[in-house]
Amino acid sequence: MPETKIQIQDVSYAYGDQQVLRHITLDVPARAITVFFGPAGGGKTTLLRLLNRLNDLVEDGRMSGRILLDGEDIYAPGFDVPSLRRRVGMVFALPLPLPGTIRENVTYGPRLAGLRDRARLDEIVERSLRQAALWDEVKDRLDSPANALSGGQQQRLCIARSLALEPEVLLLDEPTSGLDPISTAKVEESLLILKEHYTVIIVPHSIQQAGRIADYAAFFLMGELVEHHPGKKIFTAPTDKRTEDYVTGRFG
Amino acid sequence: MRNRFVAQRVGFALLTLAALAVVIPILAVVAVIVIRGAAAINWEFLTAMPRDGMRAGGIFPAIVGTVVLTLGTAIVAIPLGVGGAIYLSEYARDTWLTRTIRLAIINLAGIPSVVYGLFGLGLFVLLLGFGTSIVAGSLTLSIMTLPIIISTAEEALRAVPTEFRTVSASLGGTRWQGIRHIVLPQALPGIITGIILGLLRAAGETAPILFTVAAFYLPRLPRSPLDQTMALPYHLYVVSTQVPGMPPKIQFGTALVLLGLVLSLNVVATTIRSYFRRRRQW
Repeated sequence: MPETKIQIQDVSYAYGDQQVLRHITLDVPARAITVFFGPAGGGKTTLLRLLNRLNDLVEDGRMSGRILLDGEDIYAPGFDVPSLRRRVGMVFALPLPLPGTIRENVTYGPRLAGLRDRARLDEIVERSLRQAALWDEVKDRLDSPANALSGGQQQRLCIARSLALEPEVLLLDEPTSGLDPISTAKVEESLLILKEHYTVIIVPHSIQQAGRIADYAAFFLMGELVEHHPGKKIFTAPTDKRTEDYVTGRFG
Repeated sequence: MRNRFVAQRVGFALLTLAALAVVIPILAVVAVIVIRGAAAINWEFLTAMPRDGMRAGGIFPAIVGTVVLTLGTAIVAIPLGVGGAIYLSEYARDTWLTRTIRLAIINLAGIPSVVYGLFGLGLFVLLLGFGTSIVAGSLTLSIMTLPIIISTAEEALRAVPTEFRTVSASLGGTRWQGIRHIVLPQALPGIITGIILGLLRAAGETAPILFTVAAFYLPRLPRSPLDQTMALPYHLYVVSTQVPGMPPKIQFGTALVLLGLVLSLNVVATTIRSYFRRRRQW
């Protein structure tokens, strides 16, 4: 059995009286790409946001169950949420550079964490941008505005921005939904490199993408976890009829 | 066809008239004040004490008084107002308390300024014992200014997309760090606009300072924050209605100085605002 990074134990979640997750139990293995896939409205994004407590910002959300990171309950009272979010980074569907330059975007997280040393920050900028496969395109204009980049570059900048904190886990919510095929390929390529050091959980924007990059895959339907398996088994030989209907394109 | 064409011409003419009806009186007032007041403006008028029952000499203490009162108002009202706006926009949940606060702010903005003057007299001058002083006057002007600053600043903060706060949080930022580094800089042009509108009103008001700070005739500069002072709006009222035999050029000269002060503050503010707006990006 591979080492387990995150344990999701009987997690349910509701916005007001709308139930979006029902009794999810799932182990996420370390240093591999886990894919959460399924039709829209299945609760994938919500589950992702629960893993670094971003849904704390939602006023009428209610959660039950436990989520453990390295065996530690992240919803325990007094748990340090900002440092959790440094350990569990997130990349959103729409790239949103912060106001400011490329360099400022990448160093935002480390600077908030108190890092001031220019040389260290420069190292972080280069390492993160290389990991996100963006370095060669922007190394000559690190101090120009980040929002002048193309959509694909912006999304890789957002990935670099998360990687700057050297998170243990990287959550990606349809990171390539707004990108052209070439940018998408670049992002996927960098994910395959990243999984050697990071635990990656991704909501893919298509089932083809899920098939290309998944080490582990979990199928979500209307707030329920239908099935999950290692490898590509779920795409070739699903055990549940509903999964089979979805992966063969009968709905979704 | 012809009828519709005529109707359009008439409509445009009426709209143009409506626009002119707004602009012409303002220009006329400014023109009269400039033409009749310019004769009074010279170095002595701007830098000397008044003499001869204010019928001669300068208005220096009134200029200093208004500058000091506006600064005092800024010192109190900017941190309180911006702080209040940050609380309401970023921290407060929707409860009966915040609803009451918002309602109070809206109503405060509609209260006549003389009521603020009387309130300041009761609270700051008498109850708290500041006497008729710059402190009491600045505090009274601050209370009058706060609703303007709070409501415009809150609106500016709410206009910053929520996603920026989410991104900042996802990078390990505390709520305050997100506000401090992302939200506030983006909202700054709007906040500055509110501050300027508020301070301009404070600089030009007479009623709130009437009972709380303004001196009828005090031909020296204020010596401490607990001192009285002359101030331009009140001085204008005095030279226009309270002293017989006042040369009109002093009246118009005083009005021109007040107008110039408010206008130049406005220009400075607009410059700052457009500087920050050019740096904004969303």
